[in-house]
Amino acid sequence: MIVFQVLSNRLKHSRLIIKIALFDKLLLIIISYLMALPLYATPEQDQIAFRKHYQQRFPELKLMDYANGVYAIDDIARQSWLAIEEFPPYEAAIEQGKSLFNKPFANGKHYADCFPESLIKANKYPKWSKAQGEVVTLVKTINDCRSSQHESTLSYEKSDMVSLLAYLAFTSRGKPIDIVIPKNDPRALAAYEQGKAFYYQRHGQLNFSCATCHVQNAGKKLRSEILSASLGHTNNWPTYRLKWGEMGSLHRRFAECLTQIKAEPLPEQSIEFRNLEYFLSYMGNGIPISGPSTRK
Amino acid sequence: MKIIISFTFLLLLSCATSTQTQTQIQTTKSIFNPGKQIAFSREKGNCLACHEIENGEFPGNIGPTLKNLPTRFKNKQQLREQIWDATQFNPETSMPPFGKHKIISEDEIDQVVDYLWGLK
Ligand code: HEC
Ligand code: HEC
Repeated sequence: MIVFQVLSNRLKHSRLIIKIALFDKLLLIIISYLMALPLYATPEQDQIAFRKHYQQRFPELKLMDYANGVYAIDDIARQSWLAIEEFPPYEAAIEQGKSLFNKPFANGKHYADCFPESLIKANKYPKWSKAQGEVVTLVKTINDCRSSQHESTLSYEKSDMVSLLAYLAFTSRGKPIDIVIPKNDPRALAAYEQGKAFYYQRHGQLNFSCATCHVQNAGKKLRSEILSASLGHTNNWPTYRLKWGEMGSLHRRFAECLTQIKAEPLPEQSIEFRNLEYFLSYMGNGIPISGPSTRK
Repeated sequence: MKIIISFTFLLLLSCATSTQTQTQIQTTKSIFNPGKQIAFSREKGNCLACHEIENGEFPGNIGPTLKNLPTRFKNKQQLREQIWDATQFNPETSMPPFGKHKIISEDEIDQVVDYLWGLK
């Protein structure tokens, strides 16, 4: 606290923007020091530290176990989850996604024409696009393809988009997440850093960061709910949530966690959420895709 | 959850009417203890999300059990400060700053302090 005061006194005459930026930076240094993630570490170093934390907390888990979210650590919930997975409620979405994916556009072309490998590899997303200068998620790549073929873009919340995601996740199941932060474009690293900063910043009236719940308290109970590790948080999407009564996307879940802590939820596919997804997916490199999935 | 709460509520009420006057007063007092209601309510303190508290159902285990607080804090004011803004004492804390962020009102904090202070 004293440090902050000294700092802000010194900055009294400089512009407010600089003050806030510096203050944020100082806060981040302190936070990342406390949370065992060095601020000026490379993404590779971040990844090692992130995994080490969970390895110490859950020594019995293997890396691939994290693809199953909280069910990797909550034995009781796992039993009912396995029962639901016997007749998975996401099967219809996979079928619908498949027929949507193969249906020709008005110009006679298909989704497959947008991609060199004919099928999109879900485990390679999100990707840094040098041409666009931003993080491209699977959702965004579907809409970019549609735009390039003069089709209207799909709304994120609607079932068509989520069904396409379900089909693409299904066809990539078991493939390890493979996210690259290209060294030849500093903007890619900046996007990663922004995602990381968002993850460790406290948000909302209740003043939680994502890490408060999913790093610091992973495995502990918040009321009767066991908190999952963030390792593997991007592997199981889209998911059929019993609470939603339908399929939904990763960004919808991000927004819900923000709402829970009385923070302003951001829109799906906002730059903040895409960068957050970039950071989290990179942390999960090597963990197999397990989507689509079911969750409570 | 609402059903469970109202059910226990009814149960407690019916117990209260069927027992002696002394217990009746005590039970009624604990039901209508405003500090307890604020601490237990999901919309207010929701302290049970993280703390075990006497008679509280399905508590979380993020924070320590809340009991014998007079042995942990010198006086009520110190306990109040922990609830008002726990980050003063531990910048890394998981506990929300109930007063600083106006999650509950100053009066409500006082009521919670009064209630917690008496827990054995
Ligand atoms: C107050 C606690 C809390 C905070 C803060 C929080 N979450 Fe969550 N989150 C939960 C709970 C509870 C669940 C449901 C159980 C579980 O899977 O952990 C959950 C679930 C999730 C899931 C779904 C996991 C799965 O396997 O389906 C994701 C992804 C997620 N959170 C990401 C985030 C991100 C990103 C943030 C920060 C923007 C965040 N959470 C902040 C409590 C929290
Ligand atoms: C999301 C988690 C969370 C919630 C909600 C929460 N606390 Fe805490 N609380 C903690 C943690 C963790 C600690 C341990 C000390 C620390 O980290 O500050 C703590 C410590 C305390 C202590 C000090 C106990 C001791 O023996 O040192 C008191 C008193 C307390 N909390 C009261 C409350 C009250 C009252 C509420 C509700 C109005 C509440 N807490 C809600 C997480 C929480």
